[in-house]
Amino acid sequence: MADVNFTVDGKKLTAPAGTILIEACRTHGIEVPAFCYYPKLAVQAACRMCLVRIEKVPKLQTACTTPIAEGMVVQTETPEIAQARKATVQLLLGNHPLDCPVCDAGGECELQDMTFRYGAPTSQYVEIKQHREEQQWSPVVFYDRPRCILCYRCVAVCGEGMDVHALGVQNRGAGSVIAPNLQDHLDCEECGMCIDICPVGALTSGTYRYKTRPWEMNHVGTVCTHCGDGCKTTLGVRRADDGMEIVRGDNRDKSGINGDFLCIKGRYAFDFANHPERLTKPLIRQADGRFATATWDQALDYAAKKLKEVRDTRGPQAIGVIGSNRTTNEENYLLQKFARTVLGTNNIDHHRTADYVSFVRALAGKGSRAASLRDAGTAPAILLLGNDPTEQHPALAWELRTNVRLNKAKIFVVNTRDIKLRRQAKAFLHIPEGTYADAVRFLGSNDSDFNGIEGAKDFRDALRAEQKLVIFFGSEFRGHDIDALVSFGLSLPEARFGCLADYANSRGAADMGLLPDMLPGYRHVSTPGPFAEEFPNLPQTPGKNLIEMFDAAERGELGALYVVGANPVSRYNIDPASLKNTFVVVQEMFLTETAQIADVILPAANLYEKGGSVTNSYGDLQLVKKAGDRAGVRSDLELIVRIADRMGAKPQQLVPFGRGLRSDSGQSRGAQSGEADRHTIWLASRQIEPKVSPFDPYAVLDEIERLVPGYDIERMNLLAGNDVPTRLVSVESITTPRRDLVLPAEDALFTSGTLGRYSAKLAEVHESHRSIPGATPTETAAD
Amino acid sequence: MSPEMNPEMNPVPNTIFSPELAARFDRLVTLYPLRRSALVPMLLYAQDEVGAVNDAVIAEIARRIEITELDVRNVISYYSLLHTKPHGKYHVQVCTNISCMLRGGNEMLQHCKDRLGIGNKETTPDGVFSLEEVECIGVCCWAPAVQVNYDFHDNLTNEKMDAVLENYRQKASAP
Amino acid sequence: MPQLVSHPEEVKVISRRWGKGAADIDKYIEMGGYASLRKAVENGPEWVISEMKASGLRGRGGAGFPTGMKWSFVPKQSEKPKYVLVNGDESEPGTCKDHLIFLEDPHSIIEGTMIAGLAIGSKMGFIYLRGEYRYLIEIMDRALAQCYERGILGKNIFGSGFDFDAISQTGAGAYEVGEESALMESLEGKRGIPRIKPPFPAVVGLYGGPTVINNAETIASVPFIIEMGGAAYAKIGTERNGGTRLFGISGHVNRPGVYELPMGYNLKKMIYEVAGGIPNGKALKAVVPGGASCPILRADEIDIGMDFDQLGKAGSMLGSAGVVVLDETVSIIEFALRTIKFYQHESCGWCIPCREGTDWLKKTMTRFYEGYGTVKDIDNMSYLADNMLGRTFCPLGDAAAMPMIGFFKKFRGEFEAYIQANPAAPETQALVELVGA
Ligand SMILES: Cc1cc2nc3c(=O)[nH]c(=O)nc-3n(C[C@H](O)[C@H](O)[C@H](O)COP(=O)(O)O)c2cc1C
Ligand code: SF4
Ligand code: FES
Repeated sequence: MADVNFTVDGKKLTAPAGTILIEACRTHGIEVPAFCYYPKLAVQAACRMCLVRIEKVPKLQTACTTPIAEGMVVQTETPEIAQARKATVQLLLGNHPLDCPVCDAGGECELQDMTFRYGAPTSQYVEIKQHREEQQWSPVVFYDRPRCILCYRCVAVCGEGMDVHALGVQNRGAGSVIAPNLQDHLDCEECGMCIDICPVGALTSGTYRYKTRPWEMNHVGTVCTHCGDGCKTTLGVRRADDGMEIVRGDNRDKSGINGDFLCIKGRYAFDFANHPERLTKPLIRQADGRFATATWDQALDYAAKKLKEVRDTRGPQAIGVIGSNRTTNEENYLLQKFARTVLGTNNIDHHRTADYVSFVRALAGKGSRAASLRDAGTAPAILLLGNDPTEQHPALAWELRTNVRLNKAKIFVVNTRDIKLRRQAKAFLHIPEGTYADAVRFLGSNDSDFNGIEGAKDFRDALRAEQKLVIFFGSEFRGHDIDALVSFGLSLPEARFGCLADYANSRGAADMGLLPDMLPGYRHVSTPGPFAEEFPNLPQTPGKNLIEMFDAAERGELGALYVVGANPVSRYNIDPASLKNTFVVVQEMFLTETAQIADVILPAANLYEKGGSVTNSYGDLQLVKKAGDRAGVRSDLELIVRIADRMGAKPQQLVPFGRGLRSDSGQSRGAQSGEADRHTIWLASRQIEPKVSPFDPYAVLDEIERLVPGYDIERMNLLAGNDVPTRLVSVESITTPRRDLVLPAEDALFTSGTLGRYSAKLAEVHESHRSIPGATPTETAAD
Repeated sequence: MSPEMNPEMNPVPNTIFSPELAARFDRLVTLYPLRRSALVPMLLYAQDEVGAVNDAVIAEIARRIEITELDVRNVISYYSLLHTKPHGKYHVQVCTNISCMLRGGNEMLQHCKDRLGIGNKETTPDGVFSLEEVECIGVCCWAPAVQVNYDFHDNLTNEKMDAVLENYRQKASAP
Repeated sequence: MPQLVSHPEEVKVISRRWGKGAADIDKYIEMGGYASLRKAVENGPEWVISEMKASGLRGRGGAGFPTGMKWSFVPKQSEKPKYVLVNGDESEPGTCKDHLIFLEDPHSIIEGTMIAGLAIGSKMGFIYLRGEYRYLIEIMDRALAQCYERGILGKNIFGSGFDFDAISQTGAGAYEVGEESALMESLEGKRGIPRIKPPFPAVVGLYGGPTVINNAETIASVPFIIEMGGAAYAKIGTERNGGTRLFGISGHVNRPGVYELPMGYNLKKMIYEVAGGIPNGKALKAVVPGGASCPILRADEIDIGMDFDQLGKAGSMLGSAGVVVLDETVSIIEFALRTIKFYQHESCGWCIPCREGTDWLKKTMTRFYEGYGTVKDIDNMSYLADNMLGRTFCPLGDAAAMPMIGFFKKFRGEFEAYIQANPAAPETQALVELVGA
């Protein structure tokens, strides 16, 4: 839009026509205070804090309702304005309990800030404050009416933002309250956005309340370890006697792909890290079958010795390796490199939740057609096939809703179920079970009918009229169905694609080659290209996939199994007995079903306790930073290197440290990550990184950048904490038919695989939703 | 949530209202450009018949209008005439606002308290009368004034008020 | 039942048919009803609007905005349907004039609504009455039904091709819903929270369509203006204040009631002649000239013409022309308390200055009235009211602040004396320490 010239506090400014004054000021660094105004939500003009003086207008005007106009002259801080704001703050303080010393928001409170700024220190009133009892609305949401200043942000974000509409305003005048949808409690998605957006301490979080003072925490911006969206979450950590304890998760850093959003998992489900059953000492199974704690040296030596023994006596084919979709790219890369070069086998796999191999093959030569999560918030039109983002990809759902609300984006939904997002959909095609492939064929065809579904034709025609379509599809699509879908998409001028997977680094696991037939970057093992010389004695025939490994074990042909951060025994219902003749090494946080059959258990750090990178479903690469720190655990990266070392492999060959330029600078000081970032960037930009440890994820990242197609990204942009899209570089050598072995995780809003079981909060919420009359865990208040 | 979003939400309800009222509601929602416009009248008429906008009323009206019960409660709690707990059969509303106050509104309120033996916002044990001090009811020129349910009684004196109450008491005991 | 009054000084224009059974359509037509509608239909919208402008009619709801001009703001073309909205929420304390129009001459409101509809190109009108007026809504519904029977409402009215529908709507007890945008929210089935302006109703109103909203008395005046012509109507009143006004005189007068008098009629005469003076030979203390929101006038300020401009100059307002008369026995403290109690009870609570301001004013006034007041309280309350004024989301905040400011300004002496005189003075001392003198 055309720019408009206006003057604020004597400064001549310009902004696009139609910009609201308060935004125009803020973008120019002039902060006009406001309680009720929140960017991108409907204007309410209720708090009257943003009053400004506009020349030639008799009364003070609200900056949140005034669009800028050519030649407008504005004052934002005059004695008159300051007095108006002071009076408003005084009125609020009249009833506001001054319990700041115990209030969660103390130190992070907008009312405190305004009191500080406009100084309303003395109370005008002697009447006693109107007290109301605090209410618990859900396991995670508490409401304290006396502290509430009725800015209505929570109501707006729950309604407009989340499309849940679980909060309302009740009564009138001074009796007004915020009310939950089931009178005394909430039935909602428990996203905690209301708490996040509350300018004071009226809405507090069940995980965080009364735990600490904000200034006692350090804040680490990292990536959520749960679903495949990879939201940026800021973890508040505090010293604990066994390291750094994570006490809070929020999205104070709005620069992430998730913008303002975090779901219940990103916000609360960090608590598994502090679970009492957390393993912090290595365990070795004794002759009598029981586990006994061991020293690290004992455990590592034992594991290395046995792996070496099996490799040397029964051959590499007798060893299997199972990786994780919640470990870093560096760890995944290193694990397959370890398997292929140290163990000498392609018997490596992971729990696949999407068929990325087929996706890459289908997009061969069209890598630019891959979509980022950011596209969900900007694309003019989106086609959503399968999946239920509200449950499985909450950030995607948020982006889609926001895009519809702010940009009138058109959403086309094809699903076998009546998913919640259909409310935002311009068109919804409700198809019978198991007809996704037919549906896609129909969309590409000129048939006049699809299963006699009325409106199907109109749906197709409207869809095909879209120039810049972005297509997101769930794991309902695999193999040739993906080919069909992609070729339909490519028939549209500028369509782009996103393939949805279930966990924080599911995509990374596939990209990094945790596959028996694929090297990193989807290079088939039979045509290793550069890996031929990079990976000495690389076997060139596909190895056993996950299922085949267990079959082999059953037949007594699997001498050893090395499991890193995965729980296949429960996920694939493996009969523990079938592994009685297999030596099992497990790197885990907990005594999972898989750990229970191990011979050696190495207590591992989780994604919040280490540095590295992860790749979300859409191929957006992000940095994870060390936030928590648990005495006794080690990162999977370190453990892999140590085992390799003890097997006689050269660490230098596994990890190009010393050769590499950068190191884990600052990562070990993750708690001061902000500083660490600046430090790292400065060093990196001058190429003066001391050559240090073999446990340095950045050294591995160097190799990934060098060898993995599509990962040659802007390192400095990544180090700055931004999400950097990787490119889909298809490698022609992918041979067509192969078993996809995709096993959808089937997680919903309140579950998160094995990990979720160890989040007390998640479990509590899940339980409470079972017990809400008329509510099932997968339904929302508004449904 | 906005109604159009959730078509399934309104199965034709097996109504708790009298056939007449149900029929009236069926028609009411069709009179306006927007279904929801019928909400406030519906709540008031339902309250007249049922005695209060209780949970059952809220549930059915939410279904009829195709909005959430939360939405309905938000609206109910805003309007002074709507109440979720039943009043007495005859709800005596005494205006004490300025014009009435000048002509003995406060005294009239006290008189009613004495006569009925209940305080403001209370109901007689037999459930016949309830009492409420209210804001201006729009008969200022004929103050002091009282509204019993929807009937106005103005230019009142204590004697006239006693007659009014007596009248209702008899109505109440009449079969 | 409200009694009708009358006085030789009255100029009966819109009260002309009162007491004559005009609620029945035959009577109404017999007395010339719906002739103005015919005339309007024949002469067309432009003509109607020009007559309305010429009449100098200003809104009777309180703000006194020129009605003809308001109508002319409605865009000719509009995708969304246009609406006419009659504001019969009549909740301003001291006001009961619309009550009588609905009771005695409902058809004049229907006719006025239709003429307004014709003028702005609307096909639908809503007549909103406060919920307490149930029996008036029933009268209105009968009147509307009669119109449909006679083909006066519906399709192709008078064979002119003009279609118009009208229905009544009930409120449910909320003063704020009288505010035009809050009323639209209420009519859309929501809480009566006002809307952000601009856009104004004339452009974006009910259901997002251009909407003319007028007070019931304003609308009822329309047929008479069309009948007698704008110029003639204007002549009745004063400069820029055309026509007559229904003055509801209440409180301490011998003949309270609703009198129709020319705009600009002298307040003193109104009280002493028309309304028969103060009962039992008591002296006059003060007058609230236009409903509770209007700053109070001292006895020595009442020699004034009752129109928007003269009262404005005197620092008060004509408002809804509800004249509330206080004799010498009235305690301004008690009166002020009752006034602020009302606004505290009726604040919708949306914006901070009004929600919290009315609440603290009420709390402090209550304590003050009970005898625990200090001089500091008077200053605090004035400070509070001053800081509400002009800062709130809708005019209710002003409506609460202005009268209070008036009380503190004009009767400060009485407030101070009250502190000394009141029985609880000793306890007050402790408080003085607490609050500071
Ligand atoms: C708090 C508040 C209450 C109001 N109450 C009424 C009312 O009861 N009746 C009315 O006609 N106007 C009322 N108004 C004025 C309306 O907002 C609006 O100005 C008026 O209906 C316009 O009609 P008019 O131009 O014919 O006066 C009120 C305004 C405010 C701010
Ligand atoms: S001034 Fe504010 S609180 Fe008061 S009625 Fe208007 S919007 Fe509501
Ligand atoms: S003041 Fe009592 S009816 Fe108006």
